Amino acid sequence: MTILHPELLLDIEKIRGDFPVLSREVRPGVPLVYLDSTATSQKPRQVLAAMDDYYMHHNANIHRGIHTLAEEATAAYEAARERIAAFIGAAEPAEVVFTRNTTESINLVSNAWGRANLKPGDRIVLTEMEHHSNLVPWQIIAAQTGAVIEYISVTETGELELESYHRLLARSPKIVAFTHMSNVVGTINPAREIIRLAHEAGALTVVDAAQSVPHFKVDVVDLDADFYAFSSHKMCGPTGIGALYGKRHLLEAMPPFLGGGEMIKRVWLDGFTPNDVPHKFEAGTPAIAEAVGFGAAVDYLSEVGMDRIAAHEHAMTAYAMERLEEVPGVWIFGPQADKKGGVVAFTFAGVHAHDVSEVLDRHGVAVRAGHHCAMPLHEKFSVPATARASFYLYNTYAEIDKLVEAVYEVKTIFGD
Amino acid sequence: MDDLYREQIIERYKNPLHRGVLDPHDITYEDDNPLCGDRIRIDLRIGADDIVTEAAFSGQGCSISQASADLLIETIIGKSLDDVRAMGKDDILDLLGIELGPVRLKCALLSLKVVKAGVYGLAAGEAGDEIVEA
Repeated sequence: MTILHPELLLDIEKIRGDFPVLSREVRPGVPLVYLDSTATSQKPRQVLAAMDDYYMHHNANIHRGIHTLAEEATAAYEAARERIAAFIGAAEPAEVVFTRNTTESINLVSNAWGRANLKPGDRIVLTEMEHHSNLVPWQIIAAQTGAVIEYISVTETGELELESYHRLLARSPKIVAFTHMSNVVGTINPAREIIRLAHEAGALTVVDAAQSVPHFKVDVVDLDADFYAFSSHKMCGPTGIGALYGKRHLLEAMPPFLGGGEMIKRVWLDGFTPNDVPHKFEAGTPAIAEAVGFGAAVDYLSEVGMDRIAAHEHAMTAYAMERLEEVPGVWIFGPQADKKGGVVAFTFAGVHAHDVSEVLDRHGVAVRAGHHCAMPLHEKFSVPATARASFYLYNTYAEIDKLVEAVYEVKTIFGD
Repeated sequence: MDDLYREQIIERYKNPLHRGVLDPHDITYEDDNPLCGDRIRIDLRIGADDIVTEAAFSGQGCSISQASADLLIETIIGKSLDDVRAMGKDDILDLLGIELGPVRLKCALLSLKVVKAGVYGLAAGEAGDEIVEA
């Protein structure tokens, strides 16, 4: 077990007390052990209260009205944007566009930037470990524009083969899109370096930050990312809202994505002028309450401290890997604990991931089984499916012990 | 041990009675569930009056998909093709004797999908999920 510096310790009892769902039982006498935060995180009371408060006291449509509630709602929405921008180190709030989630953020770039800038034969560089959200939008736009996609290879240990990246960069790609942290193998990619090399080669970068922002401190200016996409629901906020960070000059140069109210300055029968960024990319009434919840989630995480959260997760991951590796038949994918975040994907010899997941559920342990929206990565590792346990600020060492106990049970039921 | 892993399913998964490949065969079909990698192939021999005289399955996957295949194959031996065409989701659930959520239901129904697709003479990859309805 890693011994953490006292300053990095989380008050786990207090934190768990903030998350109502963690005290439930999945069946009588079987408490929930939630190890699926990579799929979606649980929400603290503070976030729920902020959304309730908005609906109970401040709800109105935003940006238009002059009456009191409208001004309060607008202030709440824009204040959330400001806090989210500060959380990721953006230079200004206008560089944060509210979207529905990471997937929509990436689709925004592939459509709005892609259609205006990609020509037949242009190269898009992706990686073999991408989540379908940072794969399929590019496949769609490539088919529409005639651009071609090339892939940075993934090694046996689930890391990017930077050799192959150098080769691909030599062919002057227009875009390099990659994940900051893999949702399967947990690998934290050297984003700053990848971005620096991309820029040297004249390419723009699009980062899938769905797993990074929730789990460790990020600074988009330090990374020099061109686009950075993440979701609220993976970081203690509500579903239905996410964000796209984009450098101002890039957002300003892009044509609109969705058309409608809000994203215009003026409309005539025969045309329109688009609004300024970020509103240009926020068509229609947004998920206002969700934005407020997203802001509250950022406040909550800031107060707990992202450094503490990251340290806690690293310690949990190291412990989980150490304990799981003891179980005969378990094979863990991805790099060593020091190169990854809190995600452990594993197989159990001779037992399908579904069966592993089912047995674990009987013990109240919630993990995910399948391909985790990363089919190419699973094909690369030649496994049809993996079981995946993931950790967040509210998980404990005792819960990992419960996970391992349940995995031993799989051995008992399915072993020879 | 919980009802889902009732002895029968585990037993059939570990020691299937009808796993194999028939060569020659009159009907063969195979399909998979790309979401999880369950894969089933069935081979049938048909005798007089369109009766299934021999049947076998092969493939890989979770305990539910493989056990339900073994149980299904056993059930259809001696049945007419019309009887097989009339089989549906409920027959599989009766054979397994347990309740299933939507994800595992797909696992359980894969073998029925494959058997019916073969009996209906569908081309590879043509079978849709609706074929398991009776």
